[in-house]
Amino acid sequence: MIQKVIAGILLLTALNSCQVVKEFQKNRLNDAEMILGNRKVEKTELSFQSYREGASGANAGKSGGGCGCN
Amino acid sequence: MKKICLTVIGLYIGLLAAFSQTVQDSSYQKRRLKIDEINLVSSYYHQNGDHAAVTGGIGSQKLTDLSNSLEVKLIRLDRQQRKQTWSVDIGLDHYTSASSDKIDPKTVTSASYADTRIYPSVSFSRENEKKGTEWGGGLSFSGEYDYTSIGANLHGSKKTANKMGEFTAKGQVYMDRINLIYPIELRDGNSTDPLKRGGDSRNSYSLALSWSQIVNQRLQVSFLLDLIQQQGYLSLPFNRVYFSDGTVHVERLPDSRFKIPIGFRANYFAGDRFIFRTYYRYYKDSWGLAAHTASLETSIKLSPFYSLSPFYRYYHQTAIDYFAPYMTHAPGKEFYSSNFDLSQFSSHFFGGGVRFSPPRGILGIQHLNSLELRYGHYTRSNSLHSNIVSVHLKWKG
Repeated sequence: MIQKVIAGILLLTALNSCQVVKEFQKNRLNDAEMILGNRKVEKTELSFQSYREGASGANAGKSGGGCGCN
Repeated sequence: MKKICLTVIGLYIGLLAAFSQTVQDSSYQKRRLKIDEINLVSSYYHQNGDHAAVTGGIGSQKLTDLSNSLEVKLIRLDRQQRKQTWSVDIGLDHYTSASSDKIDPKTVTSASYADTRIYPSVSFSRENEKKGTEWGGGLSFSGEYDYTSIGANLHGSKKTANKMGEFTAKGQVYMDRINLIYPIELRDGNSTDPLKRGGDSRNSYSLALSWSQIVNQRLQVSFLLDLIQQQGYLSLPFNRVYFSDGTVHVERLPDSRFKIPIGFRANYFAGDRFIFRTYYRYYKDSWGLAAHTASLETSIKLSPFYSLSPFYRYYHQTAIDYFAPYMTHAPGKEFYSSNFDLSQFSSHFFGGGVRFSPPRGILGIQHLNSLELRYGHYTRSNSLHSNIVSVHLKWKG
């Protein structure tokens, strides 16, 4: 429990220290490989992982539909 | 002189009119739908192992899957200068499975040995850059021999006033239908359990919430939370379960499952050449399965247009409450499964990718914006291992 509280405080501190980044300063953040999500090339990987493993979700992907029966 | 003045004024008015007309045409053209990008993703996946669920937790898990998907993204600006995006996607998978072939083991090669899955989808979104808002929705379909799925989703997002943070919510519904195909020896009243005939439904409802935040010029993070409820026939009718008394049954699992995955992403651009992409997820569900996932991918920019990306992903899960291996389930239980995908295991997934995005386009074709190749090797602590090769080609309008 103490660890969770410490982690929460660290997280809030980190987010509180966010700098305002102007549009012209976002060249690194806008790089195609900085995308905060899955890249297109990972599509089938995510699909087989959701079929071969019990856990799924929280990756901005599908959370249902299709069988994956085999 | 008067004539000359009038001619000059006439020409001026004519020019103004012509110029005004050009502007109107230009703004009209902006509102027309145009192709923004086309994405082609192809993959080849091969796996093997010796814990097939169809044969009760023993037997070959050999499977190959050839997957192709084509996405066309169209954009336009509406009268209020809001960006509208239409996306049409079609996917086609063809797979062969050694274990599916054992639904009817008397045949040399049964119809279930191979199948094709087709999954088209269409989505729409509208972004108001001034207000920092976006909303949209989509429809999807997935069809294969014994399974069909219809999906619908709605999403909305709102950026903070300084555009540094963004909250997104997405609701999804999947209405699935499964044909109840039982193992050959349990058909026609030969099962000791009452088995439903025909088909059954499986519905999934999910709400995905996320918060993404720019921390500074090099770091951005996101927090993800999904709430997922599944209801209906959640077992698979052709999965056998062998009890300790030697009897064989069809897998039986509860008709409701609630899942909560919580995720965190952080991407950091170090120097001018390195990008670190990290991800962690904790997952828990009402069947007693808990899992941890952690991954790290490093993109090394050899130049602004070429990069190498080695990656590693670790995953660990506990078993569901209803799992037991071949011939270890005690008779009299309400729910039972010998599907090793739901057993306790750890897995490692590692490999690398290479991305080309030359300024003059791939092979000198300006619109062929980027090409990405990726290979991954997956190994699971309970004998399953697989390899996957993927390629992504992007055409940019």
